[in-house]
Amino acid sequence: MKNSTFRMVIKRFYKHKLAVASLYFLVIITLLALLAPIISPYDPNQVSTSFSKPPSLKHFMGTDQIGRDMFSRLLYAVRISLFVGLAATVISTIIGVTLGLIAGYFGGVIDIIIMRITDTIMSFPYILLVLVAASIFGPGLWNIILILGFVDWPGAARLVRGSVLSLRETNFVKGNVVAGMPNRYILFSEILPNTIGPVLVYATSVFAISILDEAALSFLGMGVQPPTASLGNILNGAESITILTDKPWLWVPAGVLIVLLVVSINFVGDALRDAIDPSAKE
Amino acid sequence: MFKYIIKRILIALPVLIGITILDYAIMSLAGSPLEMMLGPKTTEAALKAKEIQLGLDKPFYVQYFVWLKNVLQGNLGYSIKNYQPVIRIIGNHLGPTLLLMGTSMLVGLAIAIPVGIYSAIHRYTKRDYSLVTISFFGTSIPSFFLALIFIYLFSVNTGWLPSSGIRTAGGDGGFIDLIRHMVMPVLVLAISIAGSNLRYVRSAVLEILQKDYVRTAKSKGIGRFLTIYKHALRNALIPIVTVIGMQIPTLFGGAVIVEQIFSWPGLGLITMNAITGRDYPVIMGVALLTAVVVLMANLITDIIYALVDPTIKY
Repeated sequence: MKNSTFRMVIKRFYKHKLAVASLYFLVIITLLALLAPIISPYDPNQVSTSFSKPPSLKHFMGTDQIGRDMFSRLLYAVRISLFVGLAATVISTIIGVTLGLIAGYFGGVIDIIIMRITDTIMSFPYILLVLVAASIFGPGLWNIILILGFVDWPGAARLVRGSVLSLRETNFVKGNVVAGMPNRYILFSEILPNTIGPVLVYATSVFAISILDEAALSFLGMGVQPPTASLGNILNGAESITILTDKPWLWVPAGVLIVLLVVSINFVGDALRDAIDPSAKE
Repeated sequence: MFKYIIKRILIALPVLIGITILDYAIMSLAGSPLEMMLGPKTTEAALKAKEIQLGLDKPFYVQYFVWLKNVLQGNLGYSIKNYQPVIRIIGNHLGPTLLLMGTSMLVGLAIAIPVGIYSAIHRYTKRDYSLVTISFFGTSIPSFFLALIFIYLFSVNTGWLPSSGIRTAGGDGGFIDLIRHMVMPVLVLAISIAGSNLRYVRSAVLEILQKDYVRTAKSKGIGRFLTIYKHALRNALIPIVTVIGMQIPTLFGGAVIVEQIFSWPGLGLITMNAITGRDYPVIMGVALLTAVVVLMANLITDIIYALVDPTIKY
């Protein structure tokens, strides 16, 4: 039974050609990023004397102002951006799901407190909280991951709470309660598996947003710090007018990569939503 | 009805208190304002005197209430950089931001609503799929990258549009000048607004089109135009209004980045400057203000929603 629903989901997902193409693209990009140390022709931080050279046979995406190979830097940048996005998504999803489960299942005062905290955090503009946290805790790879993870959980919490509230009324959960099953068992073995679909879909959008936010933060100089390359801090160079006008190879590829990554993740998420819950027609 | 409004306000109240506590906690976490005010070259005695003068020797919760009392009287503290009252700084920069956000919202919706309806009416056709695909790109492109492309195309290459500020330096300003400065920042924000709202509009209209009363209207033979515009659209607007109310924080977040790139002299720009300069009273003043505005907007949307939609449960 379980296996056949899973197969149905995959079958429905494969009907979305754009999403399938996006998935292949993401798989290829992820492989390239993982294999960056092997396939990149140069060390991403290795400076050379060929400054700001346009694409050539030797450096086929050109070099930056201090002579670093752009192709190698982009490979490592994608690696960092995907890692930040994934880690932040995992953290915020774990926090959100846990709080949502607790709020929805136990209800009462606990529910009220958790939901009011959720509302409070959601009232602040998200990027403002992230920027303030970055300025207090200082920029840096792990700080960015933790900040994005700890700020972006309210959406997941609301979503899970909503589905727990409706699941709590179902007969199989009521049956467990009557049978005297411990809360922990009901929560993690009966309710949690049934919320995985929507949570997965939601997580894809958090993943996309986290990549965008890392890029924005690093672009503003408050995210991943040089010399470590990230897609955002490569684009930071384009704030200088000579790079913007005369050296498009230094900023256009990084921007295009962000767009392609984010749009593919969104396509996959959208198709996943359709595949998991075909009744919720858009 | 009345009971529902009271209930909504009672829910909003703890959130409002939560907002002030969180805002105050972040500001305290940012460090003692003493060193920021007096600078690194100061004596222990001067620090102590200032501490007592500002009431910083009192326990945390007492300080919070003192701060809250000031906030309620409209005193959000003073900037560490130029000693101006935060409330005045905000007041001076609110106008340009409201102009930018308001215009972007209007332009974004002027694209999203008609295109979303078009897409819903022609659902599952090639045109529908391509419009939805384009809308995904609209939401996925980072605003700063789009801004860079626009500056590259329209300022640097062609010189058509000014790349920063709100009016030409030395010029007499004027309406045309303002519009020329607004085109790029408004477009950048409007594209992302249009991208996300197009899909909301589309799904809202799709849902309504499947309702029985629309089928009835169709079967009366009043024609497609009247069916859609008289029966479907009005009802589809209700969920759209709610979604728009929820987007204010995102819109403000977008304005922070866009104002920074285009040097648009609004709240976003001073916030960004305050963040890089670690001017926490200004940052948290803006944060407090936006959070309260967001809360109010949500409350008002909820109440309007209840007034407009008779089927909502109180």
